Amino acid sequence: MGIRFILMVNKQGQTRLAQYYEYLTLEERRALEGEIVRKCLARTEQQCSFVEHRNYKIVYRRYASLFFLVGVDNDENELAILEFIHLLVETMDRHFGNVCELDIMFHLEKAHFMLEEMVMNGCIVETSKANILAPIQLMEKSS
Amino acid sequence: MGSQGGFGQSKEFLDLVKSIGEARSKSEEDRIILSEIETLKRRIVEPDIPKRKMKEYIIRLVYVEMLGHDASFGYIHAVKMTHDDSLLLKRTGYLAVTLFLNEDHDLIILIVNTIQKDLKSDNYLVVCAALNAVCRLINEETIPAVLPQVVELLGHAKEAVRKKAIMALHRFYQKSPASVLHLISNFRKTLCDKDPGVMGATLCPLFDIVTIDVNSYKDLVISFISILKQVAERRLPKSYDYHQMPAPFIQIKLLKILALLGSGDKQASEQMYTVLGDIFRKCDTLSNIGNAVLYECICCVSCIYPNTKLLEAAAEAISKFLKSESHNLKYMGIDALGRLIKISPDIAEQHQLAVIDCLEDPDDTLKRKTFELLYKMTKSSNVEVIVDRMIDYMISINDNHYKTEIASRCVELAEQFAPSNHWFIQTMNKVFEHAGDLVNIKVAHNLMRLIAEGFGEDDDTADSQLRSSAVESYLCIIGEPKLPSVFLQVICWVLGEYGTADGKYSASYITGKLCDVAEAYSNDETVKAYAITALMKLYAYEIAAGREVDILPECQSLIEELSASHSTDLQQRAYELQTLIGLDARAVVCVMPSDASCEDIEIDKSLSFLNHYVQESLEKGAQPYIPESARTGMLNISSFRNEDHHEVPMHGLRFEAYELPQPVVPSKSPVSYTPSTELVPVPEPSYSREIHTSTAVPSISNSGSTELKLRLDGVQKKWGRPSYSSGSTSTLESSSQKTVNGSAQTESVSTSTSRAQATSSFDLKKPQVEISEEKQRLAASLFGGPSKTDKRLTSSSHKVVKSSSHTTEKPHIAKAADTALEKPTTVQPPPDLLDLGETTVTSSAPSIDPFKQLEGLLDQGENVSAPNHGAVNASKAPDIMSLYVEIAASGQSGGAVNSVPTNGDDMLSGLSGQSIRTASPGGAAGSSPLSKGPNLKDALEKDALVRQMGVTPTSQNPNLFKDLLG
Repeated sequence: MGIRFILMVNKQGQTRLAQYYEYLTLEERRALEGEIVRKCLARTEQQCSFVEHRNYKIVYRRYASLFFLVGVDNDENELAILEFIHLLVETMDRHFGNVCELDIMFHLEKAHFMLEEMVMNGCIVETSKANILAPIQLMEKSS
Repeated sequence: MGSQGGFGQSKEFLDLVKSIGEARSKSEEDRIILSEIETLKRRIVEPDIPKRKMKEYIIRLVYVEMLGHDASFGYIHAVKMTHDDSLLLKRTGYLAVTLFLNEDHDLIILIVNTIQKDLKSDNYLVVCAALNAVCRLINEETIPAVLPQVVELLGHAKEAVRKKAIMALHRFYQKSPASVLHLISNFRKTLCDKDPGVMGATLCPLFDIVTIDVNSYKDLVISFISILKQVAERRLPKSYDYHQMPAPFIQIKLLKILALLGSGDKQASEQMYTVLGDIFRKCDTLSNIGNAVLYECICCVSCIYPNTKLLEAAAEAISKFLKSESHNLKYMGIDALGRLIKISPDIAEQHQLAVIDCLEDPDDTLKRKTFELLYKMTKSSNVEVIVDRMIDYMISINDNHYKTEIASRCVELAEQFAPSNHWFIQTMNKVFEHAGDLVNIKVAHNLMRLIAEGFGEDDDTADSQLRSSAVESYLCIIGEPKLPSVFLQVICWVLGEYGTADGKYSASYITGKLCDVAEAYSNDETVKAYAITALMKLYAYEIAAGREVDILPECQSLIEELSASHSTDLQQRAYELQTLIGLDARAVVCVMPSDASCEDIEIDKSLSFLNHYVQESLEKGAQPYIPESARTGMLNISSFRNEDHHEVPMHGLRFEAYELPQPVVPSKSPVSYTPSTELVPVPEPSYSREIHTSTAVPSISNSGSTELKLRLDGVQKKWGRPSYSSGSTSTLESSSQKTVNGSAQTESVSTSTSRAQATSSFDLKKPQVEISEEKQRLAASLFGGPSKTDKRLTSSSHKVVKSSSHTTEKPHIAKAADTALEKPTTVQPPPDLLDLGETTVTSSAPSIDPFKQLEGLLDQGENVSAPNHGAVNASKAPDIMSLYVEIAASGQSGGAVNSVPTNGDDMLSGLSGQSIRTASPGGAAGSSPLSKGPNLKDALEKDALVRQMGVTPTSQNPNLFKDLLG
C-alpha cells in the first residue's frame, strides 16, 4: 500500500487538504487528524521528521505556515517520502508560482488533481513535473 | 497567477475561503462551516443552477467534509456532476465523489455507468479522469463491469492512459487478486513500455506481485537490473531528475523489488552486485534524496546474498549516516544498522557511542528506533542492560500502543536470554506491574506454564527453586494496590499451585492473602475465579496431606458471597470448594491430585464417547449429521446470489464470479467441532470436572479467546516439551531460537565470566558522574562481549550458530561448519564483475533508445547467463515479436469470454504450484526448531557438570531458560 494518507495542515492545526488512500469514516478522520497534528506540531526543528503513530509512520515537513504530513506503512523509505513531499511542493510551486497556503485553499481541486497524478493506490506513480502538470494545464485551456 | 483566485470564482466562495482561513479557533471554524451547511442545503436544490456555480458548491461541500462535518446531503449532486460534458466539471465531480464515498456506498452504482461510458471517450483526459475514479470507487463486485475496458486501455496510444490503466489493474489485484490473475502477464509487457512513466508505474503492481510470489519472477531479475542500470546512467528524460538524481523514486522501487528477488538466491544476487556497487558510488550523500537511495541500497544489500565489498560499502554509508548532525539521517542509520547487523554482527561495535547517543536523545522517534536496534542485537551477555532500559522507557511513556509492543519485546527477550530464574521472575513482575493489562494474556499463560513445567530437564531442584522464588516475590507484591488483572491471575494461580509446596508459608497465611485479593478486586470476576480455585487447591493439598483444615472466617464469607454470585461460574466454583472441604483425604487425592497441572489431558477428537448417545438418538429416529462439506444446498444458494449480483453489470465475465465461492468452502471437515466443543470439558458430570478446571488453566495458554477450539486440535503438540518455544506468544524468529540452543553449550563455560563483567560494569555505571564514562560503560555492557567468539555465537543469524556448535558438538561439526563457512568464503570476487560492468557500459551505443533495449531484454531474460546486452541484437527481433504476439493473444483472450477459462486456469494452476513451492521452505524452517529441542545428551552433560562443580544450577547456569525455550 505504501502511502495511507496525505494531509496539509497549517500551524494552527487546521486542515487545508486531506487525501486518504484507505477509507476512514468522518469521525475516524477527525480523531486521527487531531492526534497526529498535535504530535507533529509539538516537535522541534532538530528532531526527526518522522513520527511513529499506532502501526504506521508519519513523515512530515514544514513550509512556512503549512505542514505536509504523509502517513506511510512501516516498510516505506522515510527519507524518500520526505523528498516526495518536497517534489509535491516544487510541483505546486511551478504551477502556482511561489505557492502559499491561500493558493491551495482557493484552488483546492487543482491541488487534488496534482496529487491524483502523482499518487494512485497509495503508490507514487509519477514524478516528472511536466507529466503531472500537463493534464491540468490542458484542462485549464479547454475550459 | 495570483493567489486570490479570480478564475470566475464568486465573491461568496472567496469570502468563505477567507473566513475559514482567518478562523482563529476550531470552534469558530465549526461555526462558519455549520452556517455554510445551512446555506448549501438551501442553495444546492434550487432549480437551474449554472454549472460553474454548481462546481463551486461541490468544492464547498469538499470543504465541509474536510473540516470534519457531514456533507452527505450533497453527495448526489457530486454524482450528477460526473455526467457533465465539460472536462473540468466532470473531473471535479469525480474528485468529489472519490473524496466523499467509500467503494461500498450505495451511490456508486449510479457512477459505474458513467465510468463505463467515459472509459470509451475519445478525449484521453476524460478517460484518465474515469480511470482515476476506477482506482477509488470500483469494488470487488463491480470489477467485471469495467475490467474489459481497462484491459483494452492498456494498449492506448496515450502513455498517461496506459499508466492509469495499469494502476487500475493494480487496484483490482489489491481488491481481488483472483479477478485479474489471468491478466498479470500484462505487467511484464508494460514493464517494457517505451514511456518511462508507464514503466515506473508498472513497478508498483510488480512489487506487490513479487512480494507474494518471488519464484515466478526470477526471470525478470535481469530486466530490473538493466532498467536500474539505465536509470542510474541517466538514460531517462531529464524531467524525471530530482535534485540532480536520475529518477530516484524509480530507483528506490527497483531496489525494493531486487531485494525481494535476491533474497536467499545466490545466482540472482550475483547479477545485482555490479549495479548496486555503481549506485553506492554514484549516490550524492549531500542531498536527502541521494541518501534515500543509498538507504534503499543498504536495505537491498542486507536482503540479498551477502557480498563483502557491498557490505563494506553499506557499513561505510551507515557510519556516515550515524555521524551526521541530522536526526533524520541518524534515524535512517540506526534502522540500516539493524538490518545489516543480521549479516555482519560486528558492525555495531564501531558505532556503539553513536547508538547510545541516539538512545539517550530526547527525540522519541530516534529513541524507539534505537530500542528496535537493541532488541535485534540482544544476547545473553547484554540482556539485563537492554531489558532494564526498555522497562524504564516503558514506564516513562503513555502511548498504549507502543507500551504494549515494548512490553511484549521485554517478555520475549527475557524468555529467550534470561540469565537466572530470579531475574526472569523479577523482570516479568516489572512488566506486568507497569504495562498491566496491556500485556497479552498469552504472556501470562506462558509464564504460568513456565513456572509449572519448569525447565523441562527433570531438574527438580531448579524447578522448585523457580517456583519458590516466584511465590516469594508474588507474596511481596500481592499487597500493592491496583495490580493489573492479568498479573493477579498469574499470582493467584501460582499461589494456588505452589504456595505451600516448599513448606515456607502456611496454608492459612496464603489463603488469607488470596481472600484479600478476592475482596480487594471484588468487581473483577476472573480474578475472583482464579482466587477461589487457588483456595480450593490449597485446601485440597492440606486435606490430602492429612492436616487439619481450618477455614478462615474471611474465606468462609467469601465462599458464601460467591455462592450467591450472579456469575454461574463463580457459584459453581464456590459450591465445588464447599463440597471439597467436606470430603476425606482419599477422595480429595482422586479429585484434585497435587501438581497435576503438567499432566496431559487426552482429548478424544473423534468424540467417540458420544457414539453410544448418537446411536441411541438415531435409533429413536433423529436425523443423521451431515458434514458441512456435504451440504450442497447451501452452495447453490450462495451461487444464486452471486448470479443476481453480477447479472446487472456485466454478464460477459459471469463465470469468474461464480467460481469465487469455491475456495471458501472448507474442503473436508470430518466432524464439525463447534456444536460439540462444550461437551468436552465435562465428559462426566461428577467431580472429575474439578480436575479439569484446575488442570485446564495452563492449557488456555496459547489460545486466547478461542480456548475451546484450540484445546481440541493439536493438544499433544502444545503440551509436549519440545514445542514449547514455538508456541510462545512472541514472534520469535526461528533463527534466534536456534541461537539459543546452539550457543547454550559453549556459553555455559564462558558466560560466567562474561556475565560477571557485564553486570559489574552496569553496577559501576551508576555511581559515575561523568557522562562520557557512563556512556562508555553502557556501551561496554551493550556491545562489548567478553570475547569475539561469544559475540559471533549470539548473533541472530543461524549460520553463525551452527559454527558455534562445533566447539562442543563434534559429531555435527562437519556439516555445520561446512554450511557456515560456505557463505562468507564463496563470495565472488567483485572486481571481475565490476570490470564486466564497465565494458558493458562502454560497448553500449548511447544513441540507442533505452527502451528498445528493454524490449530485447525481456526475451533475454530467459537466457540468464548472458549479462552482456549492450546493444539490441537484430537476430533477436523475431523472438521479441513472437513473444509480443503471445502476450497480446493472451491479453485479448482475457477480454473475450470463451477462451478465458483455460487461460485463467493455467495461470491459476501455475501460480498455485509456485506458491506451494515457496511455502515449503518456510514450513521446513518453521518445523526445524522442533527437532532442535532440548537434547537429552546435552542435558545430562550439563547435569554432570553442575554436580561436579557442586553448585546450585540457579546461580551458575544461566542457560536454563534457553534450553527450556529452545
